[in-house]
Amino acid sequence: MIDGFASLYIFMLAAFLGFEIISKVPVVLHTPLMSGSNFIHGIVVVGAMVALGHADTTVEKVIGFIGVFLGAANAVGGYVVTERMLEMFKSKKDSKKDSNAKGQEKAA
Amino acid sequence: MIDLIMKLAYFVASILFIAGLRRMTSPKTARSGIVWAGIGMLIAVGATFLLPGLQNTLLIVTALFLAAVWAWYQGKRVPMTDMPQMVALYNGMGGGSAAAIGAYALVNALQHADACSAGAISGGHDCLHGIVGWLAVIGAFIGTVSFSGSLIAFGKLQGWIDKRYTFPGQHIFNALVTLAALWLGYLVVQQPDAQLIIAFFVVSFLLGIFMTLPIGGADMPVVISLYNAFTGLAVAFEGFVLGNEAMIIAGTFVGAAGTLLTQLMAKAMNRSLFNVLFGSMAAKGEAAAVTGSMKPIDSMDAAVQLGFADRVVIVPGYGLAVAQAQHKLWELVKMLQDRGVDVKFAIHPVAGRMPGHMNVLLAEAGVPYDLIEDMEDINPQFPNTDVALVIGANDVVNPAARDDPNSPIYGMPILEVDKAKNVIVVKRGRGTGFAGIENPLFFKDNTRMLFGDAQDVVTQLIQELKEL
Repeated sequence: MIDGFASLYIFMLAAFLGFEIISKVPVVLHTPLMSGSNFIHGIVVVGAMVALGHADTTVEKVIGFIGVFLGAANAVGGYVVTERMLEMFKSKKDSKKDSNAKGQEKAA
Repeated sequence: MIDLIMKLAYFVASILFIAGLRRMTSPKTARSGIVWAGIGMLIAVGATFLLPGLQNTLLIVTALFLAAVWAWYQGKRVPMTDMPQMVALYNGMGGGSAAAIGAYALVNALQHADACSAGAISGGHDCLHGIVGWLAVIGAFIGTVSFSGSLIAFGKLQGWIDKRYTFPGQHIFNALVTLAALWLGYLVVQQPDAQLIIAFFVVSFLLGIFMTLPIGGADMPVVISLYNAFTGLAVAFEGFVLGNEAMIIAGTFVGAAGTLLTQLMAKAMNRSLFNVLFGSMAAKGEAAAVTGSMKPIDSMDAAVQLGFADRVVIVPGYGLAVAQAQHKLWELVKMLQDRGVDVKFAIHPVAGRMPGHMNVLLAEAGVPYDLIEDMEDINPQFPNTDVALVIGANDVVNPAARDDPNSPIYGMPILEVDKAKNVIVVKRGRGTGFAGIENPLFFKDNTRMLFGDAQDVVTQLIQELKEL
């Protein structure tokens, strides 16, 4: 267990880090970044696992089960969607290489 | 020992999340970034199984498995054009998960109320005092709002909810609902009670719906991004409740990054966040009446104009994406290039449904990077452009945003296609755009309207060009 003030410091530092990292980003990456950060808060599944793992009564189990399901869907779905978006950057880079290569051929 | 391994695993996962998102901020390293973060997630989930005294393992595995299969299938299947609403949906589920953790903590506290001293609340099996109870409630509140709000955003983008529901005094009503939710939250912390807990969640859930319903579809990306930040915060708060460092760091990190991203998006659309949330898009005065008439053109004349132009700038919009015409369009562009026409794509920062969305769609069709120009670079070039071909874009080329102070979108930066020598607008019908605003561009003397579905029109243009 971490004590109150240590957590407060973690909170503050993580917040600054989040601002810093996003502050210089090309517009093209806004959507993938939203999706990527959406994936990262899928870490909530871990907390839901802890909750379900400690659940005794039926009510707790139902709540925990819903929590794990929703959290895992957030993580897995977020990953798949982000990966598909970023896959596009591969083809973009490759096609750029292609067009560069073509340009060089023409020049030659 | 096991405790140490778990802490270490969460530590490594946190590093991978941060480093991963850092890599995602540059196009070169972006693809490895998500893989890094993904490995971090696997490590964190795997380590959690080591937790001493973990029960219900079968239930956990079942939930994980079902969710993974469903989300994987949905995420792979959905077309690229529908990505924004999928982000909304998954984000809402994350918010729901955070809310569930809060609900668990509250229910747990309720059941162990006797064992715990007064005014304390239990998380896990420990009685945790004061602030933690508040954090559980606040996290649950934010998570629930994010959950229901994201579902509405999903419904709006999916086209299931196509109206904006507004009524007089809505903001006051929403403020009262917010106060009611917070008051119930306060009561829940003070004196856990099953009915109070249920009421608290129901009111929070309704608040998310009420908050999102009046917001117009054009503002949805900003709203989704905001709810993304919300979910991050909710995860961080529930992380405090459970004493889980990975959740605190990742949640706070996403909360901050998401907030800034939301501001950047709102800025790109020249809308303040306050305006998006509270100023339903109502014009201040009477917008200038549009005079003149739309002048249609057929695909043959359009093909001639394009084929014999020196410089063509194409402005793709969401209509192009909906018609899945980006591949055909690229075919058309290659034909024009073979005829020696200089062709560029002009992308508005919010073309499509989200910033960068259109770039992704064009890249998917194989359009090279160097043909795509940003708004700042292309705007000075329009006066030298022979034909500006607008396909399925409307609000982002609306000159009223520049000229008419009474227009609801006044001040939004636009692509100044009206300055091109000729403008051809490919549009499905005569209706208004996403924001529901009349576009004077369509009535200008140098504008011709080519009515039809983008896919059909581009196919016809290709046919006509072949015969030139």
